[in-house]
Amino acid sequence: MTPRLELRGIYKSYPGVIANENISLSVLPGEIHAVLGENGAGKSTLMKIIYGASPADQGEIICDGKVVGEHGPAVSRQLGIEMVYQHFALFESITVVENIALSMPGKFELDDLGKKVLGVSEKYGLPIDPTRLVISLSVGERQRVEIVRCLLRNPKLLILDEPTSVLTPQAVQILFKTLRKLAKDGCSILYISHKLDEVRDLCHSATVLRGGRVTGKADPRQSTSIELARMMVGNDLPKMTVTPSEKTAVPMIKLDSLNLDPEDIVGTALKNINLEAFGGEIVGIAGVSGNGQKELGAAVSGERVANNAAEIIIDGEAVGKLNAGARRKLGLGFVPEERLGRGAIPPYELSENAILTAHPQGMVKRGMLKRYKAREFAKKVITRFSVKANGPDALAHSLSGGNLQKFIMGREIELSPKVLLVSQPTWGVDVGAANYIWQTLIDLSRSGKAVIIISEELDELFEICDRIYVMAEGELSQSLNRAETSVEEVGLLMTGVHKTEGPRDAV
Amino acid sequence: MPYKIELRAEPSRRMAIAAPLVATGATLIVSTVFFLILGLDPFLTLYTFFIHPLTSMNGVSEWLLKASPLILIACGLAIGFRANVWNIGAEGQLIIGAIAASGIGLFFPWQDSVLLLPMMVIGGMLGGALWAAIAAFLKDRMNTNEILVTLMLTYVASLLLSYLVHGPWRDPNGFNFPQTALLPYAATFELFDYSYRLNTSIFFTAVVVVLAWVFMERSFLGYKMSVGGISPAASKYAGFSASASIWVGLLISGATAGLAGMTELAGPLGQLSSQISPGYGFAAIIVAFIGRLNAFGIVLGGLLLSLLYLGGETVQLKLGLPSSIALIFQGMLLFFLLASNFFINFHIRKIEVKVH
Repeated sequence: MTPRLELRGIYKSYPGVIANENISLSVLPGEIHAVLGENGAGKSTLMKIIYGASPADQGEIICDGKVVGEHGPAVSRQLGIEMVYQHFALFESITVVENIALSMPGKFELDDLGKKVLGVSEKYGLPIDPTRLVISLSVGERQRVEIVRCLLRNPKLLILDEPTSVLTPQAVQILFKTLRKLAKDGCSILYISHKLDEVRDLCHSATVLRGGRVTGKADPRQSTSIELARMMVGNDLPKMTVTPSEKTAVPMIKLDSLNLDPEDIVGTALKNINLEAFGGEIVGIAGVSGNGQKELGAAVSGERVANNAAEIIIDGEAVGKLNAGARRKLGLGFVPEERLGRGAIPPYELSENAILTAHPQGMVKRGMLKRYKAREFAKKVITRFSVKANGPDALAHSLSGGNLQKFIMGREIELSPKVLLVSQPTWGVDVGAANYIWQTLIDLSRSGKAVIIISEELDELFEICDRIYVMAEGELSQSLNRAETSVEEVGLLMTGVHKTEGPRDAV
Repeated sequence: MPYKIELRAEPSRRMAIAAPLVATGATLIVSTVFFLILGLDPFLTLYTFFIHPLTSMNGVSEWLLKASPLILIACGLAIGFRANVWNIGAEGQLIIGAIAASGIGLFFPWQDSVLLLPMMVIGGMLGGALWAAIAAFLKDRMNTNEILVTLMLTYVASLLLSYLVHGPWRDPNGFNFPQTALLPYAATFELFDYSYRLNTSIFFTAVVVVLAWVFMERSFLGYKMSVGGISPAASKYAGFSASASIWVGLLISGATAGLAGMTELAGPLGQLSSQISPGYGFAAIIVAFIGRLNAFGIVLGGLLLSLLYLGGETVQLKLGLPSSIALIFQGMLLFFLLASNFFINFHIRKIEVKVH
């Protein structure tokens, strides 16, 4: 059989990095092919090259036996290649069908297109209402719109970039059903992911990337997760040591009926949030992002001030009305999900980034900076947390995501906080660094501090948390003990069923 | 597209030094072509523009005299600009500073007191700062746009000046000219030499440059303000006060503009008239950016702009060129300078497409 798509010796470099080196792979018609790799392995670059969003420096792309020359997304679409990006490209202020109309060629009536949309959505089990405004759709529904938009053009090859990162476990199963049906109809699928279980569940074959090169090809149905992980990471994962937790008698931080209005129309209101975290434990907050996590992070850190001081209590003190600096003085540490521009100042050196929150460590005397103290501090963080950087003078934006995360986390931990709040600790971080970060958080909690983790990766929360809360539509569930709960229970709570009677359709 | 503009991993040190040279080179080449088309001798024109003004002691004196207020104001503005506080109304603060200083100089009862000049310095700075404080208050409390408020207050200031010199402060023995009486001797700066206008107020400028550098590069407050300008979210995350940045940024730039008004008044002018500044407050915005918001860069920027003014006058006087040609030439140099500064942080990369 002629492969639907074949890549030969793809090479692509960016200043300072080789993103893809000598990559070859082939996908047969009707095959679901996984491109597996850690963050930064070069998966997204490769997909952009296939789709024509950015050109390769060298190499050949062959589609249905014909060499594809210089091409852009328009050419790709003519060839039948469609792509669903990780970040959706929909206009929020217009309806679903209007969004789809924008990407359709030729003349057509909007009503007819609406009917076509309904037809496709029924055929593949992707229920959407074409007349709804996109702003009112959940993330899962938006993804369906993107997929339906691609399917309307009868693609021969569909590229999906990390499609499940925004979905609940139940919604993932619905998506997989659709993809299997598509493959059966002869459409090839390139499925980009770093989640081993999903790939083993769904895909017929897999190409594993590491550091921009192909490190292995496998049949994921026949391989174990350990084997795949080894190809992705290059060595066996370090084992984490989790000692039993010894909780303090009183909570280090307590949220008492915290309510907060959203900052803008796309934000989520926090409704009556109650949470306690004791010293000695790690508390996780699960949930699909966009359900109030961002607001909760800002409310706890002090970037946004609460309505009443008593809504937030740190180590016995009501801090709701204090700003971030004042709360930090009382022992709060915070690692935000945006590292560049919030946790760190991109064009500043690491030593200057140390000053941002560590300035009370003797870095300021009579209003003047003592830069050598900042350098010493940055050096200490770099050594202690094995940050890969050209010393304390390296600019923050020159570091990789994982290393910058280690630096920011290290900086906050060096300040010996009583409570550390970490939002999305391993977003864009490779597996090796993620393990290191998890171990660091475990060690910190076991030294008697309270650690709160906001994450949308359930695996991560189940890996290291003692207790888990679930956030849905701005509300927080009761706390669940990790030992007594399951992914299914948390998954259901993520859809917000705790407030309705029975389970409803997962979104 | 075979070329692409990319952010450099680190600002290029080589380009930081080369940028002004590249800009000068490009200006020389383009202006040579330009002058040739106009039938002018490019060498003579360029010589008259750049070199001739500095061949006499008087020329050097005028050069420094014009550069001084530009540098003074730009240093203050740079502090605010770094924090994204856009004070566009330094011209108005300069006028109010001059009015305040002249009020003290004219009406202080002991006209030969040694305290007169220091009091005028303080009065000028307070006047400018107070004028800027209006914008700071409105922005801090009501989130008004400081660009509009400072700009509009400039018109208020210039009308106030006009009212004073046409009305209550007009010199009764001044043949109805719209100006005040001359300031007493004790209210003016010492000249270095009676043949030239350059005076001791340039020491203030020197001190302000050093202080501004220390504040921006070495003080914690300066650090906090810069963080607020580059990454407002990081500043919030750290718990730095946004309203402190607004107040400090506007008060400091107001004070330096007020001081510049005072040094003009107590220096080359000697009396308040309806034309107190040829637009130093606006030109200083350009100077701040030519100097890349760095105090020592601003010194070079101020000297350059001052030379461009002098050169423009010289080619008009000596070669009879229209003033528009001088302006085109000035614009060209500033354009090339800002354009080459862009390449300190960015570079153009050729994208190789080799798909067979």
